[in-house]
Amino acid sequence: MDLERLEQTGPWAWRVKREPGAARAEAVLYGDAGLLRSMDEKVLEQITNVARLPGLVGPALAMPDAHWGYGFPIGGVAAFDPEQGGIISAGGVGFDISCGIRCLRTNLASEQIAHVAPKLADSLYRNIPAGVGVEGDLQLSIAELDAVLAGGARWAVQRGYGEEAELEYVEERGRVAGARPENVSPLAKKRQRGEMGTLGSGNHYLEVQVVERIHDAAAAEAYGLRTGQIVVSIHCGSRGLGHQIGTEFLVSLAKAAGRLGIVLPDRELACAPVRSPEGEQYIGAMNAAINCALANRQILAHLTRRTFAHFFPDARLETLFDVSHNTCKPERHEVGRKSRLLWVHRKGATRAFAPGHPDIPERYRDAGQPVIIGGSMGTGSYVLAGVASSEAQAWSSASHGAGRAMSRHQALKQWQGRQLVDSLRERGILIRTRSMRGVAEEAPGAYKDVDRVAEATEGAGLARRVAFLRPLVCVKG
Amino acid sequence: MDQESGTRSFSYFAHDADIGIIGRGATLERAFESAAGATFAVMAEPESLRESEEVAVSFSEDDVELALVQWLNALLGAARERGAVFRRFVLSREGSRWSGRAWGEPWRGDSERGTEVKGATLTMLSVRQTGGAVWEARCVIDV
Repeated sequence: MDLERLEQTGPWAWRVKREPGAARAEAVLYGDAGLLRSMDEKVLEQITNVARLPGLVGPALAMPDAHWGYGFPIGGVAAFDPEQGGIISAGGVGFDISCGIRCLRTNLASEQIAHVAPKLADSLYRNIPAGVGVEGDLQLSIAELDAVLAGGARWAVQRGYGEEAELEYVEERGRVAGARPENVSPLAKKRQRGEMGTLGSGNHYLEVQVVERIHDAAAAEAYGLRTGQIVVSIHCGSRGLGHQIGTEFLVSLAKAAGRLGIVLPDRELACAPVRSPEGEQYIGAMNAAINCALANRQILAHLTRRTFAHFFPDARLETLFDVSHNTCKPERHEVGRKSRLLWVHRKGATRAFAPGHPDIPERYRDAGQPVIIGGSMGTGSYVLAGVASSEAQAWSSASHGAGRAMSRHQALKQWQGRQLVDSLRERGILIRTRSMRGVAEEAPGAYKDVDRVAEATEGAGLARRVAFLRPLVCVKG
Repeated sequence: MDQESGTRSFSYFAHDADIGIIGRGATLERAFESAAGATFAVMAEPESLRESEEVAVSFSEDDVELALVQWLNALLGAARERGAVFRRFVLSREGSRWSGRAWGEPWRGDSERGTEVKGATLTMLSVRQTGGAVWEARCVIDV
């Protein structure tokens, strides 16, 4: 990205210079000069396009891990006021609706895992359905799927996948309100019948990780994290159901925008006013997909526990937190000392509520909401905590991952899956996958430096680092 | 990374998070068939697939660019619904009515997997006739 087009407004904040006669709101990017230089020019184009959408409140925002997406950049955040014609955009949520990370802390230490790691990796690979075309053991009827879409993780717990108490540590306490299963097409439901409890492919993974560093002792204690402890992170979303909803509404909202007189700077920003029949139709379907994703990760957490129990009968795998990073949610925020209900799009960005927020579980309320930045399989991930400054900076939002530094196309030219698996094994990281192509596309070198992204996230006042997690086992789709 | 088959061919272009596909053909329909080939080749090596299953899809669309997206997403939906992957495609059009068929097979336990395609997007979407009377259809697919 050409920094000449930006004006630095703080050590970690940059504003896009206004083009002559541009009818748009501000667009702000967070990060250091190096991170921003590594971003594609398309990020700039996409975030300024978002700044042209109706009803936007404040600037359109790009997190430090931002990269070229479709419609919104990945790492894009934007809030809209329905009272001012604010919109909801299918392109601002993405196809993998409510993709997110479930993080489980264990009572195991890394030395307990070492001697069984290869067998544990094999067992997780067998028990966690992963990869394109791979279905789970659970085959649901359409009526049962409707119950999933209405009930979310609560439905899964009622079916024996986990404990009621852990729902406290899942966003929306396991079930988002406003889901309308009847707004979801029969094809979307058919696509999901065999996909509950599956990981998918691409950048989705299940990782066994060790807490290697603690950055914030007090928050780590609140989160139940200590150095040398084993944790498990599960990254996936709403699977075929969400993908189908995304594809259907992308086209229908693109057409609706024209009918409703909304000029789209990019058709991918397909949207409709929150308060319109088209907008409400999408919101009902999107919320159903959010519940689908929450249930999916609940089932996968259960399958993970069952696998660990085979090796460690006394193991406890408790949900640290489950947070989504592809959503649009109605939230109350302070705008000019006035509380307003805004619809906040976070596409490849994580909600990061500050200490004291009522939606944070009581155990974490003094520390702030856990935020998870998932890194590549060869580097590591971070647990962070929400901070007060993020509310003014980014509607309480933070980064969600390392962010891609190169395309999949380039990665395939540069790396071979088998060689990567071998070299990672030599570094003590065991990869289990059905797709060597997928491993090459997801090569650690294809991602930005997660340490710099986490540092920039903290520097920009979006969230503060709590712990660094190093991967030991990675099941890739 | 160009792949050729008779009058059809496909290739890819770089996109940070996802994958750009380009289908080419002597007619718009052949270019769409090539684009479908490019999309499914991300998930499985076409040469490794048998043609034991046939599926028909149809849709209505006036806008040829949106028709490309509808075509790819109809095929992806049909594949996921059947737990199958396709390797060969045929598409015809009468006015705004599009009818296509695809051939492939259900996923086998020993299938070498590529990367799952979630859907076709409107990003970098274009359908145009290039030099030499070749049609080119391109967009970014979400993986």
